[in-house]
Amino acid sequence: MINKLPFEIKKRQNPSGLGVMTVSLFALFGAFLVASIVFWAYGANPINAFRALFSGAFGGLYEISETVRRATPLLLAGVGLVIAFKAKFWNIGAEGQLLLGAMAASWVALFSPIPDPLLIPAMFLFGFLAGAAWGLIPAFLKSKLGINDVITTLMMNYVAINLILFLVQGPWKGEKQWGFPYTDEFPSAARLPTLGNTNVHWITLVIGVLAAVLIYFLINRTTPGFEIRVLGSSPAAGRFAGMSYVKSTLLVMFISGGMAGMAGVGEVAGIHHKLMNPAELSLGYGYTAIIVAWLARKNPLSVIVTSLFFGAIFAGGNAIKVSLGLPFQITDVFNGLILFFLIGSEILMSYKIEWRKNK
Amino acid sequence: MSNKKSPLIKFSSVVKRFPGVVANDGVSFTVEKGTVHSLLGENGAGKTTLMNILYGLYQQDQGSIYLRGEEFEIDSPTRAIELGIGMVHQHFKLVQNHTVAENIALGLPSASAVRPTKDIKRKLLELAGQYGLKVDPEAKIWQLSAGEKQRVEILRALYRGAEILILDEPTSVLTPGETERLFTVLEDMKSEGRTIIFITHKLDEVMEVSDVVTVLREGKVVETVDTSSTDKSELSRKMVGREVLFDLEKPSRERGPIILEVQGLSALNDKRVEAIKDLSLSVHEGEILGIAGVAGNGQRELAEVLTGLRKATSGKVLIDGEDMTNSTPKKVSDRNVAHIPEDRIHQGIVGDLTLKDNAILKAYRKKPFSKGLLINYSLVDEHTREIIKDFDIKVPDPDTPANLLSGGNIQRLILGREVSSNPKLIIASHPTYGLDVAAAEQIRQLLLEQKGRGVGILLISENLTEVTSISDRIAVLFEGEIMGTVESGELEREELGMLMAGTPLEELAQREESVKG
Repeated sequence: MINKLPFEIKKRQNPSGLGVMTVSLFALFGAFLVASIVFWAYGANPINAFRALFSGAFGGLYEISETVRRATPLLLAGVGLVIAFKAKFWNIGAEGQLLLGAMAASWVALFSPIPDPLLIPAMFLFGFLAGAAWGLIPAFLKSKLGINDVITTLMMNYVAINLILFLVQGPWKGEKQWGFPYTDEFPSAARLPTLGNTNVHWITLVIGVLAAVLIYFLINRTTPGFEIRVLGSSPAAGRFAGMSYVKSTLLVMFISGGMAGMAGVGEVAGIHHKLMNPAELSLGYGYTAIIVAWLARKNPLSVIVTSLFFGAIFAGGNAIKVSLGLPFQITDVFNGLILFFLIGSEILMSYKIEWRKNK
Repeated sequence: MSNKKSPLIKFSSVVKRFPGVVANDGVSFTVEKGTVHSLLGENGAGKTTLMNILYGLYQQDQGSIYLRGEEFEIDSPTRAIELGIGMVHQHFKLVQNHTVAENIALGLPSASAVRPTKDIKRKLLELAGQYGLKVDPEAKIWQLSAGEKQRVEILRALYRGAEILILDEPTSVLTPGETERLFTVLEDMKSEGRTIIFITHKLDEVMEVSDVVTVLREGKVVETVDTSSTDKSELSRKMVGREVLFDLEKPSRERGPIILEVQGLSALNDKRVEAIKDLSLSVHEGEILGIAGVAGNGQRELAEVLTGLRKATSGKVLIDGEDMTNSTPKKVSDRNVAHIPEDRIHQGIVGDLTLKDNAILKAYRKKPFSKGLLINYSLVDEHTREIIKDFDIKVPDPDTPANLLSGGNIQRLILGREVSSNPKLIIASHPTYGLDVAAAEQIRQLLLEQKGRGVGILLISENLTEVTSISDRIAVLFEGEIMGTVESGELEREELGMLMAGTPLEELAQREESVKG
């Protein structure tokens, strides 16, 4: 009880959409403010840094295309995470699910007997299934055995990273890669077309936007979506109503993991054209997607906007690295600050501060 | 109460506003030391708010509170406890995964940092023995029945040396037997000079237990009066501002075929102890079978086994002639069984979701609300508006989140939803628990209407008056066994009480005969 203070904290009856927006914007502003201090500590003028960040993300057609390209994996993985978070399944494992998708796509591209015209669809299909399988393991462990989802999904990331390191350094190591830990380059039939000279692999982008709409529809208009919403809010009421928590959780993580898996397919088939060290492959998209989904406030359609926002930070962060000589990790600092402020501001959405009247 | 005692507590023009409502509107009255003082009023009359102010959970916007003649600003429960005020809330404030002793130790200044419960157990058992409040200090809270949890709350307040004990609707979770025991405890405390403030909306209890009663209506004091100089009908008039009908009209109806038959059913409780033992009963169409009994005698387990939420260890459950033993909640509901759950907030509704979603909590997977995958929300909207209208739910629109509704409205929503599926059998667990007089009467009326339509109803309730007033037959549950099943009106209240205390019906009959002989 905080009673000695000159204000009272009261519960809001029903947070309004505008209130949520305002609080989110203030949280972003707070993160920018602290980031300024970091820039300043590196000896860069924060104003210049933000200007460089902005022009690096939106300064021209190429810059915008870079933003979109970075936003693509965030969109796919983020939409998947929204549905998991809706079900109160704390999937921290999008990174690993993304890597598994990339791995499965690489197998299809390099080692499968699938004929050329079917390569791309097969890569997306196998990528989805591999990511989904990776997501189903923690789903099974939680819904059947009650094992904490945060821990298992997080730990599965490390398993995925090491699995891929093993493959690219061992059995899948490319013969034409001069000893580097890469697989061989994908055949051209296994590469996604890009828009003009940019790196935007538009097929993945279209899949992402369609998935956002479909998942919005699934959550709000269908019977499995109804079960996800009910069980996410109140497992006891769901059980009372005859819903199966296990079934619903498995479905949620099948979709969530599968979406992250397809994000991984896009990265290897659209950008890198080979499987490689996970750190270079993903840039932590799976983790950033958590922030993307959180900022979207559990609305799949909002992910289209929030993924672009974080795409811009990635693209802009790259520009800062070049123009101001700051380390690329500055974007991680940035993302971390934003998540920190967003979660910190969560309480302001359901509570409000009221100044005490003098008696 | 002719002898003049010093006023212990004085409320002086206390005003408390919440957004959109004035919960307390200039409340003034005094409470004398060593009395049981009832605070009577309907839900929303401002009783709990006023007591939360006294306990330091809220601060009044205007007005003052005097304790023993001195004005105090009680700005936290810690301060209230220092001043010797203890409160037992309607919804218990206990840590579910901790033991009884640990909960008592929690926040206790005298508890040692290492092994905090060390000295507590002894003193706890002493206190428990003194007042006849039986508890196991080692039991985890989640394993306890509501009545047992309340005992822990009372013991906690006593342990902290409460001179003034506030009880918020204490009997809403108790059975007649437990209520009687609670009243004895209150008498003992009173004779020791402690003061009890008793929040209730039950007139019988006011008359039975309290010395003085303050009636609140819409945030204002209607009157403070000695209990000896008033009566129930006068109080009820003052409380609701209109007469409440206490006699319900029972629709007469031919007893139809058996809809629910239970044969030799046994099941375990959460502690894996047998909670129902070789239990048999049957419910006919167009009949209300009331299950009377003291809390924690297997009522919850029985309802859960029947609705597929708990596994039976042996025995059979036949619903509409079909074996539904150890079935699933979904299959039971598909057999046209409606369930009004005991925990209406957590099981009955999903608070975050809208009324619309709550109205189809079970029907969402059935025609006409969904075909295959898609839910037809325009039909759901229509359906929800019908329930709102037919069941008199006070709510602005169907898109309101359910957690903004009051208890009575939530219960009408649940009943409306369950009834709209045209059930053949309703299993109602404590359907009027915690509701105010008017809302409770309405719920009973709705159950009687359903009976009139030929629905079989299993009514599980700790409220003996409720069971006797609307049931056709009454089965008394004691330690998981049926002590006897009788026609309503066949036995007097006292005789039912003896069954509830564990005397089998045959024995009761023998005793009566020996008295006659």
